[in-house]
Amino acid sequence: MSIETISLSGRKVQVSNKEMTFLERLYLVAIVKGLLITLKHLFSRKVTIQYPEQVRTMSPVYRGQHMLKRDEQGRENCTACGLCALSCPAEAITMKAAERKANEKHLYREEKYAEIYEINMLRCIFCGLCEEACPKDAIYLTTSKVLVPSSYEREDFIFGKDKLVMPLEMAMKNAQLNNAN
Amino acid sequence: MDSTIIIEKSVIILVVFAITMVMAMYSTLAERKIAAWLQDRVGPNRAGKGGILQPLADGLKLFSKEEFEPDTPNRFLFFTGPAIAMSTALMTSAVIPWGDKFHLFGRDIILQASNIDNALLYIFAILSIGVYGIMIGGWASNNKFSLMGAVRAGSQMVSYEIAMGLSMIALLMMTGTLSLREISLQQEGMQWNVFYQPLSFLIFLICSFAETNRTPFDLAECESELIGGYHTEYSSMKMGFYLFAEYASMFISSTILAVLFFGGYNYPGISWAVENWGVNIANLIGIGVLFAKICFFIFFYMWVRWTIPRFRYDQLMNLGWKILIPLSIVNIMITGIVILRHEIAVFLGF
Repeated sequence: MSIETISLSGRKVQVSNKEMTFLERLYLVAIVKGLLITLKHLFSRKVTIQYPEQVRTMSPVYRGQHMLKRDEQGRENCTACGLCALSCPAEAITMKAAERKANEKHLYREEKYAEIYEINMLRCIFCGLCEEACPKDAIYLTTSKVLVPSSYEREDFIFGKDKLVMPLEMAMKNAQLNNAN
Repeated sequence: MDSTIIIEKSVIILVVFAITMVMAMYSTLAERKIAAWLQDRVGPNRAGKGGILQPLADGLKLFSKEEFEPDTPNRFLFFTGPAIAMSTALMTSAVIPWGDKFHLFGRDIILQASNIDNALLYIFAILSIGVYGIMIGGWASNNKFSLMGAVRAGSQMVSYEIAMGLSMIALLMMTGTLSLREISLQQEGMQWNVFYQPLSFLIFLICSFAETNRTPFDLAECESELIGGYHTEYSSMKMGFYLFAEYASMFISSTILAVLFFGGYNYPGISWAVENWGVNIANLIGIGVLFAKICFFIFFYMWVRWTIPRFRYDQLMNLGWKILIPLSIVNIMITGIVILRHEIAVFLGF
């Protein structure tokens, strides 16, 4: 058995360059075959999702918009270490650290916190590397259905802490749920 | 000639004009819908119920677009191009028999704008003028792509007109008349010409694809090579006229195919219907049948468009000159031999 005839997958097809017969050269048979194939598609199920009315179902592990988490007492987890910004392949994250004052202990968990934390949503590729890099469990790509809304201004796509930090009520509710469990 | 015939003919002309326009308008929607369905999509469905108002929206959009003119020395010709394309596309419908005749107000009304003896010749004459619209428009655009499109259209039309005419001759030898009304009457019931002249039908069908500039022979437009071919420089309603003319001529050539080869308004049992239900009802059914045939052919045009890729230019010329023309000459010879045999048999009394 020569090497040319071995087919490990069993799908090998020998290509032939033989002369076409008269009937094949007319192409009419081939055209009719093609017409029948397209006709079959005329009656097949349409794959379109009518977007504003129907929404494609999201995958369970889908990565949505970012959220900066708070702990059970409602304090921000983030310590502005900058690992997320470092790990970000799209360089979408930027932040400015600040030192926690004595009267801010109920706001921030660690002594250092992010005074400014911005994600440029036009740069972000939603890869989730920031979430993996974070040592404080501070940033998460949520599975919420919230998508980045469209806008006319570029500035609107730079999300600051006002849009990113988890709402306080949500943190409280989570804490209650955890206690109940 | 009395005044009633003028009224009668004017009404027919107006109705035919309106129907041609509406058919061309809705062919654009049908094209988009069929294209979508063949590709497992839904197609335009937002304007009106199921997209029924889409042609109006398209027309409105074309009207409201900026009227752009290239820097051309042939400004007059630039405007004449779309006008010729449009008027020739509409003129052919004058000789088509849309039905046999109505019996209304004590007179017979022939459903044909003008029943001339050489209707087929007239259609061929008008069809060959149609290419001037494309040629002039492409030439006057002062653009190399447009010129290429125009030149291609010119040579394509010339080469396919010959095969088309020759395929017609075989049919004419059989029918013995150039009048479309006579040809329709001869095909009464199911005696359709397609059963007697299948080869002639095939050649005529292929040539009509080339004559209407439809895929696989849309070399004149050829968006992947020539941007838009002859209408690259056109915008607004002038562009709309070219597109509209294409759909109108598609409607007309579907009609010609239906009348010449598929019996026109004839349907099996037409004589029974005339006897039992009267002339008028039988004719109304006939008009419906003719339009069903026309719609099928329009669908067929679109079906082929979304199935077969465009020919290469040398393949197009090969097919026209080396295959279709010899084939139609052979067809003429076969038809001649059959007719001669038949006549000899009659003469000898078999």
